[in-house]
Amino acid sequence: MTPVLDIRSLARAWDGKPALRDLSLTLQAGGMLGLIGPDGAGKTTAMRMACGLLRPDGGEVRVLGLDVQRDGAAIRPLIGYMPQRFSLYPDLSVDENLRFFSELHGLSRDQRQQRRERLLAFSRLEPFTRRRAGALSGGMKQKLALACTLIHEPRLLILDEPTTGVDPVSRQEFWDLLGDLARGGMALWVSTPYMDEAERCGHIQLLHQGQVIAEGRPAELSASFPRRILRLEGADPQAVRQLVQAFAGVVLHRFGHSLHLVCDPDQEEGLRLALRQANLEAKPQPPTLEDAFFHAVAHGSLAA
Amino acid sequence: MRPTTESGLAVRAHHLSRRFGDFTAVDSLDLDVEAGEIFGFLGANGAGKTTAIRMLCGLLAPSAGEAWVDGLPISTHGEAVKRRIGYMSQRFGLYDDLRVGENLEFYGGIYGLDSAAIKARRGELLERLDLSQALDRPTGSLPLGYKQRLALGVALLHRPPILFLDEPTGGVDPVARRAFWDLIYEVAAEGTTVFVTTHYMDEAEYCGRVSIMVAGRIQALGTPASLKAEHGARDMQDLFLKVVGT
Ligand SMILES: Nc1ncnc2c1ncn2[C@@H]1O[C@H](COP(=O)(O)OP(=O)(O)OP(=O)(O)O)[C@@H](O)[C@H]1O
Ligand SMILES: [Mg+2]
Repeated sequence: MTPVLDIRSLARAWDGKPALRDLSLTLQAGGMLGLIGPDGAGKTTAMRMACGLLRPDGGEVRVLGLDVQRDGAAIRPLIGYMPQRFSLYPDLSVDENLRFFSELHGLSRDQRQQRRERLLAFSRLEPFTRRRAGALSGGMKQKLALACTLIHEPRLLILDEPTTGVDPVSRQEFWDLLGDLARGGMALWVSTPYMDEAERCGHIQLLHQGQVIAEGRPAELSASFPRRILRLEGADPQAVRQLVQAFAGVVLHRFGHSLHLVCDPDQEEGLRLALRQANLEAKPQPPTLEDAFFHAVAHGSLAA
Repeated sequence: MRPTTESGLAVRAHHLSRRFGDFTAVDSLDLDVEAGEIFGFLGANGAGKTTAIRMLCGLLAPSAGEAWVDGLPISTHGEAVKRRIGYMSQRFGLYDDLRVGENLEFYGGIYGLDSAAIKARRGELLERLDLSQALDRPTGSLPLGYKQRLALGVALLHRPPILFLDEPTGGVDPVARRAFWDLIYEVAAEGTTVFVTTHYMDEAEYCGRVSIMVAGRIQALGTPASLKAEHGARDMQDLFLKVVGT
């Protein structure tokens, strides 16, 4: 089957500094691919090139077999792209914005009505359809922007950090909606700073300084975290910090009342013993995708 | 420790309301926040968090009710209140075409610090926020995580006893978020009250107490542990879905 999105060795520099080096990926219909990475990793640069908005220095992008650079006009209607900063018309109402974008994409009245309902439901904007977009709260604006992007159902949807500022309820409903779209055959490529969102993707690529430094299914990535995590509840962070100073490379993270100590496998026994002598009982903590993210970004890979 | 008010309250709202036309964005809010707390002001999109914070910072007049910030009534002491708070808005409010150092100088001037004080404070904050190497970079060209730390620096310039942070970590990657919370803990450990909104429920877990707001009203208020127990929630995400969902 021809992939919906096929990227080979994509590269781009800004002012001579490489922003993206050698990105390759394939995305099939119904697939959901996640792109994660720290600020400035090159995520937006990659997505803009995939949409044909930015010229690559090297490599190629194909959408349903067509070359984005050569066949841009044919490809444009197949792609829906939501940039990080999407502009709504602040003087138009919620409803007028939705209508504007459906007309732009040539939707029929029936199509528009049907999608409008679903989109207003997830975004909880139904009571506010007549309010000016400029008078919406930050998160409401973001949700309206999402609704405007989703009103046309393209073959390929590219979303650049779509849920910034969106509350947890709407975020969950939004991802349920993305799941339905994927099951309906749409291909989705999504960047996100939320690890729980990345976990909903079939496959993830972790981009750092323009390079993919880890990729795989979310569970594979968490499982390949090479260190151990010990959890302490209610311990005094200062005291623990002092205590672990004797162990080279042990990292301490504070999460409210819990402390996480990250150590190498061969340090675990000694560390637990030292904690026990201070009357602290540490529990093993299974690594999450966020832990893998941290390690990969700090060390350049998920290798030990 | 920083000076606290006689009552020990950093923020008190009494029947605080704000209407836009016939729509009520904040509906008779009652809230006490003690000096030194890290208070998580959570809620659904459009619940009225930013509107309430803008009133507490003296940037927006209430339609009804009153609030006291560091013991001062906002209705009559708006200007004095502004000097006692640091405010970081949802959009950061930095000047993109100024350099990092210039943004700090500019705001230092607004807060009425003299140039020697600005210089000393600037160096201290750049160091602490790990921004020293970005001193001469134009703010607009910085990654989001840097802008966010700079915005915190601006809010801290005049050593306010109370910090209002409106979604300080929106869109910021996990590494930068943890670093930012380490800073919040540090500032709080010095006695500063931190009043913070966030849509990241792992961050809600870091707060001493949280409130959850829906449609202009507070629907839940307490420590993360007590609220989870009360609602039979696994974690803060689950709690939020239970209180706000349906
Ligand atoms: N100038 C205005 N005119 C009309 N309505 C307004 C105005 N400013 C805010 N509102 C409305 O007040 C309500 C509360 O907005 P607010 O920005 O306080 O929400 P919030 O809780 O901060 O939401 P978010 O989590 O999305 O930032 C929203 O319904 C918003 O549309
Ligand atoms: Mg807000």
